[in-house]
Amino acid sequence: MSDKKKISICELRQGQSARVVEILGGRGVAERLNAMGVRPGKDITKVSSAPMKGPVTVSVDRCQIAIGYGMAQKVTVEVI
Amino acid sequence: MRILLMGNPNVGKSALFSRITGTRAVVSNYAGTTVGFTKGSMKLGNEEIEVIDVPGTYSLEPTSKAEEVAAKMLQEGDVVINVVDATNLERNLYLTLELLEKGLPMIVALNLWDDTKHRGITIDAAKLESLLGVPVVPTVAVSGQGIKELVEHISEARSVKPAPRTKEERWAAVGGIITEAQTLAHRHHTWLERLQDASLKPRTGIPIAILALVASFFAVRGVGEGIIQYISDPIFHNLWQPVMMRLSDALGGAGFWHDVLVGRLIDGSINFSQSMGVLTTGLYIEFGVVLPYILIFYLVLGIMEDIGYLPRLAVLLDSIMHRLGMHGYAIIPSMLGMGCAVPALMATRILESKRERFIAATLICIAIPCAASQAMIFGLVGAKGWQYVTIVFAVHFIVWIVMGLILNRTVKGFSPELLIEIPPYRLPSPRGVLSKLWLRVWSFLKEALPIVLGAIFVVSVLYSLGVFDAIANFTAPLVSGIFGLPKEAVVAIIVGFMRKDIAIGMLAPLSLTAGQLVVGSVVLTMFFPCVAAFVMFAKELGFKRLLAALGIMIIATIVVGGLLNLIL
Repeated sequence: MSDKKKISICELRQGQSARVVEILGGRGVAERLNAMGVRPGKDITKVSSAPMKGPVTVSVDRCQIAIGYGMAQKVTVEVI
Repeated sequence: MRILLMGNPNVGKSALFSRITGTRAVVSNYAGTTVGFTKGSMKLGNEEIEVIDVPGTYSLEPTSKAEEVAAKMLQEGDVVINVVDATNLERNLYLTLELLEKGLPMIVALNLWDDTKHRGITIDAAKLESLLGVPVVPTVAVSGQGIKELVEHISEARSVKPAPRTKEERWAAVGGIITEAQTLAHRHHTWLERLQDASLKPRTGIPIAILALVASFFAVRGVGEGIIQYISDPIFHNLWQPVMMRLSDALGGAGFWHDVLVGRLIDGSINFSQSMGVLTTGLYIEFGVVLPYILIFYLVLGIMEDIGYLPRLAVLLDSIMHRLGMHGYAIIPSMLGMGCAVPALMATRILESKRERFIAATLICIAIPCAASQAMIFGLVGAKGWQYVTIVFAVHFIVWIVMGLILNRTVKGFSPELLIEIPPYRLPSPRGVLSKLWLRVWSFLKEALPIVLGAIFVVSVLYSLGVFDAIANFTAPLVSGIFGLPKEAVVAIIVGFMRKDIAIGMLAPLSLTAGQLVVGSVVLTMFFPCVAAFVMFAKELGFKRLLAALGIMIIATIVVGGLLNLIL
């Protein structure tokens, strides 16, 4: 079960893929991420994270989304 | 009849709009290029139809000002052309289904169709059409492919109006459609994709960002200077000068109209930087000095925009920008501000919170000199040595940082986090780049020229009435005491309310020292927005916020100008 540990996308390594489990935090955040295609059940790959707790960029469905660090901490994934 | 072009951000709505209406619209490769709405018209049969280019939105629950505009517009349309990015069908179809549920007659433009092939994406357009229940037409707005078919199918737009779904149901429906209409093949990374990842990852991205910005700066400076030296100066001195001397003779070499049109003769001849006539200095500053820089600035910016670089810069700078009270995307209006504050203030609409917009807008007005001001600083201050130009720019940069830090601590409200789509790199088309350049240069000339000529006219009149002497004496304690400038410099400060370039130009006849020129240019660019920016600020952020920004600007100018005077 250890490989199914739930972490935030901030903790993913560059190039690592994972499946979105849930998006914590307010409805607004979830709503916006949802509309951009980041939602539970989706597979994402981490592209990069910017320095000094900058945005985390993930690719989802061949499209890259940059998510501010605080918001990124609320995106919980399990590594696949 | 009114047609709305709607879709996700950065799917090519503006390009499509230009194609079907023939109206030029600014097209770039990033989300949020269109923040207001652009109207145009087209002929369909014998009917004249209004077409509206609506800002992009991911869903109909608006999260930013631009998306709010989109949602509101929906109530006023008769037909929707839903522009869909064929390379990103799944996410785009979410909005498509939302739009269908609203019940407006609709047709889908499957745009960026040419991009699907090399991305290994195959879409069965006929299948998609039968699944959605509305016409689907593959298009390539940039090249014009499929536009004729799209227009022909507008009359077949249908209202399907499925029962409203919940979010989950909608995504499930999207999933169903995708499975049936789209197949994905594996493919290898192209060099463009490698480059796009390299410019996003910090280790390679930061050097690339520094390189891109430094190269842009030197390109703008070098080419701008080159155009002035080899094209505009020769034209003015060899061709225009004799014409103006003739006019001067015809007007008798002096008198009111002579001073207004030709200006004062200096050592018996016209001096384009100092005569201050509408037809001499006025035209020379705008066409001879400012226009060359405007041209090259917007060319470089346009290429960066069309490649899709700016959102990557926004990501890299996000954490720094947060300390200044904004998120990374504020770098886009800020960079536009290096061209002109007016479109920059409008572009602050891509920022979600009022606080963030206020901070970005205030910083644009206070610490980002526009291309016209920069051109004059290059010319006037640069003549004293480039180290002084460097000081002027360094001061602005420091003010930008310090004011940002202060505003971040003092302005109430919240600044939301960055959440943006990073567009794929695209090779800019020369035609697209040039047509955008023309659009921007034209709107600069259209807006700036009347104010420039008007400002010089007003100055000439006030001079001849002797009003300035009275003002100069009255304001001498501030201008001379704090800024260390001759009291006549107040005239430039007053002109600065109208146009910054002319205002900086008015420092030329005052025979200032290098240090005074530095103080003068900094004070002129900081203390107050020009009238066009003033109006736009009030329109975009409201009069109360404008007053607050003005207070901040005046205090900051006095502090910075005073300090510089002490140091230099």
